[in-house]
Amino acid sequence: MPDAMQKSQLQQIVEGLLHEARRQGADSAEAGAQIQQGLAVNVRMGEVDTIEHASDQGLGLTVYRGQRKGTASTSDFSVQAIKETVAAACRIARYTSEDSAAGLADAALMATEIPDLELNHPWAIDAEQALRVAQDCEAAALAHDARITNSEGAGVNTRNSLFVYGNTHGFIEGYPTTRHSISCAVLAKQNDDMQRDAWYTTDRSPADLQDARAVGIEAGRRSLERLGSRKLSTMTCPVLFKADAAVGLLRHLISAIRGSALYHRASFLLDKLGHQIFPDWVMIDEDPLRLRGLRSAPFDGEGVATRPRYLVTEGVLRGYVLESYSARKLGMQTTGNAGGVRNLRIQDTGQSFDELVRQMHRGLVVTKLMGQGSNLVTGDYSRGAAGFWVEHGEVQYPVEEVTVAGNLQDMFSGLLAVGTDNQIPGSVQTGSWLIERMMVAGVD
Amino acid sequence: MTDALALARRRLLDEAGLEEQHLSRIMGTLLSRQVDIADIYLGYSRSESWVLDDGIIKEGDYSIEQGAGIRAVSGEKTGFAYTEQLTQTAMLDAAKAARSIAHSGVSARHAASVEPPTHPQRYILDNPLDSLPENQKIALLHTLDRAARDADPRVRQVNVSLMAAHDTVLIYDELGRITGDVRPLVRLDVSVIVEHHGRREQGYSGGGARSTLDFFLEQDRALGYAREAVRQALVNLEAVEAPAGMMPVVLGPGWPGVLLHEAVGHGLEGDFNRKGTSTFSQRLGEQVASPLCTVVDDGSLPGRRGSLSVDDEGTPSQHTVLIENGILKGYMQDRMNARLMDAAVTGNGRRESYAHLPMPRMTNTYMLPGEQVPQDIIASVDKGLYAVNFGGGQVDITSGKFVFSANEAYLIEKGELGAPVKGATLIGNGPEVMRQISMVGNDLQLDSGVGVCGKEGQSAPVGVGQPTLKIDQLTVGGTHA
Repeated sequence: MPDAMQKSQLQQIVEGLLHEARRQGADSAEAGAQIQQGLAVNVRMGEVDTIEHASDQGLGLTVYRGQRKGTASTSDFSVQAIKETVAAACRIARYTSEDSAAGLADAALMATEIPDLELNHPWAIDAEQALRVAQDCEAAALAHDARITNSEGAGVNTRNSLFVYGNTHGFIEGYPTTRHSISCAVLAKQNDDMQRDAWYTTDRSPADLQDARAVGIEAGRRSLERLGSRKLSTMTCPVLFKADAAVGLLRHLISAIRGSALYHRASFLLDKLGHQIFPDWVMIDEDPLRLRGLRSAPFDGEGVATRPRYLVTEGVLRGYVLESYSARKLGMQTTGNAGGVRNLRIQDTGQSFDELVRQMHRGLVVTKLMGQGSNLVTGDYSRGAAGFWVEHGEVQYPVEEVTVAGNLQDMFSGLLAVGTDNQIPGSVQTGSWLIERMMVAGVD
Repeated sequence: MTDALALARRRLLDEAGLEEQHLSRIMGTLLSRQVDIADIYLGYSRSESWVLDDGIIKEGDYSIEQGAGIRAVSGEKTGFAYTEQLTQTAMLDAAKAARSIAHSGVSARHAASVEPPTHPQRYILDNPLDSLPENQKIALLHTLDRAARDADPRVRQVNVSLMAAHDTVLIYDELGRITGDVRPLVRLDVSVIVEHHGRREQGYSGGGARSTLDFFLEQDRALGYAREAVRQALVNLEAVEAPAGMMPVVLGPGWPGVLLHEAVGHGLEGDFNRKGTSTFSQRLGEQVASPLCTVVDDGSLPGRRGSLSVDDEGTPSQHTVLIENGILKGYMQDRMNARLMDAAVTGNGRRESYAHLPMPRMTNTYMLPGEQVPQDIIASVDKGLYAVNFGGGQVDITSGKFVFSANEAYLIEKGELGAPVKGATLIGNGPEVMRQISMVGNDLQLDSGVGVCGKEGQSAPVGVGQPTLKIDQLTVGGTHA
């Protein structure tokens, strides 16, 4: 388990890298080092399937010679490998171009306080104990219904990480984190119809994980409800994206307001800052400092202090997602998003999932999405889907082998409601999204 | 020519101060329990990438990865541990952790080190990182940037990335067999954004191989990617809404073979079939596709992106018939699943790196050509879709549902090609769609070498291919009713 001693060792490695980079001619440099240890077990049909002991390490270096940049990384921490890494980064920086936007984030933006975000909660569990948790989880799924006849297994995964980042502004900080999960995937079978579904729970602290049996039962329930799926005829109708599917829509939003998409003019949300992109009740925020948050971090990948903020208020786009490079390209200030967005949340409109189904009256509930059919340059969206058909405000039967298509800009402005059902695993908090209308393709 | 095993020994044993007897001792630790399969996998990899963006060489990256993965298999159980440290102590610790899944009692096996019979080498061993001087790599990127911009004034953005990797692996198994491989891999991608009257569209092309960077200079391949990316983006500028609903779909040759990868490939991987979780489980000998279809997986094709001289368990790669004239003939196997299913290994045991467990994976998966002339296939469709380029795909191997997303497609009207349409996802059920294949062209093509397959969090380079195909009915996910 990473401890204080390991932290000072990693700090020494990072300082050594930065020092060696300067010695080899870098004007400035930044480096990160990480070690991870973990255990992953999987059981299948009650028996041990796999026991994996993970132990990873890696370090990455970016050097700048003037405005030329070079990067290199290594999983080997030997003196020789570190020398090779620094030499490679410096060599590369001789061939890359002068780039006026290149360089470290401004020194004035470095985090000066490192709040304890309660991200480190090791799970004192050995392989035997983890196997028992996984067995309980899978057994609950298999016992849920006689039609659950087969399993891909249930798993328990626990990981301890220690990360240190430093740069030649003199910034060097690091902290340990943990992440644990329990997951289960089972198959339901009825005649020739076979369906698989899965569920999981993941958190920083084992105490915050959902009960293993509850995870199993949810996996069982999900695969059962897929039995007897029908196709739909092709039509235009309202679509209700169940919360875990709606997460993808929020991610598309983020991809379209990332700095690199914007300065490349490769986004359907180009020049939309300050413009209405959602109905006027939509509020979306990012909270990097949420205690125990899965994406929480006191500073970003460039050492810049992170802070909570709104991305969308009253339906208006209030901020982009920038790190210092893209910020300079756009003539703006970094938003502390080197490494991505952290703990997104969209405010709900007060309806439960069942209320949204009633409000939709007739349409498609999407529970699963397949494929990569979203074009962030144009906003064109077309993905495979499965879910449920709703008539008279009630779920009628499961649906599969359909596509849902539209344009993300229209989908955002056609958002009618966001449910209160936001208890989904992961870092994004959203309820289900009811969208006014989309094209659903199926049989004729 | 120095052989791969000699190079692997030098790199992974000599340079790390290890000897074969150390591996033998570590194997002894694994085999002190009841173990059926065990291996020590040593990996050493160097990779480099360059990115041109906005007209300048914006990024360059160099990466070092090495380590040892140690696995013990007992029946259906697998124990696994790995370490970045190529030392005897670290590997012994990993071996002790890995063997903990097995019951006590000594394994019968454990011969002294033997070299397995030699296998053909499917690619050159040269290090692609050194295959061009840096200034020529840079010059190539600039040439492609200029070529793309010169091709049309509507080109606004050009991004070119060049990647070269050189992997060396050494595998020592419970039979004392020692196998080595040295694997070059190169890739070049060009993507462009065009803009006209406020409308923006993108285009992409690229290629790759197990070769050196010279591959891109031969036959003007690199310039071809730049021109192709621009052509595709300009086509998309004209694209109208894609149709929605079920219709006949003609797939072009080459990369659209991603259909086979998703619709049948994953469902024929041994692990899913051993566990009975695939829609193709227990169906050997059955008609699972139209009689026009013969689908193979072939890791032995020379120099292709998905090719392997030996897989990551030391098994030589081969030409494996999966479906012959529509009849399911076989699955793709690694050692563990072959043993448990009482089947032969097929050289499909692959792993992303020493830090990942091997599992059955595709190599180059393609359909053999038929007899139809491609033009006749298009002419046979009254109203439908002709799709020639695709983004990624995905499959649910249990229900058989799969999707793949077209990013260049055209309407077919009365046997003639019509307007280009916007990207649309196609969705179907693997076995059902394979039975709907009614025409197979005589124009088999393999893709240009850009496939990346993801399975259980591990990515692997793969190839796909097919001739022009007609599917009688497939759901097209457009926006136009």
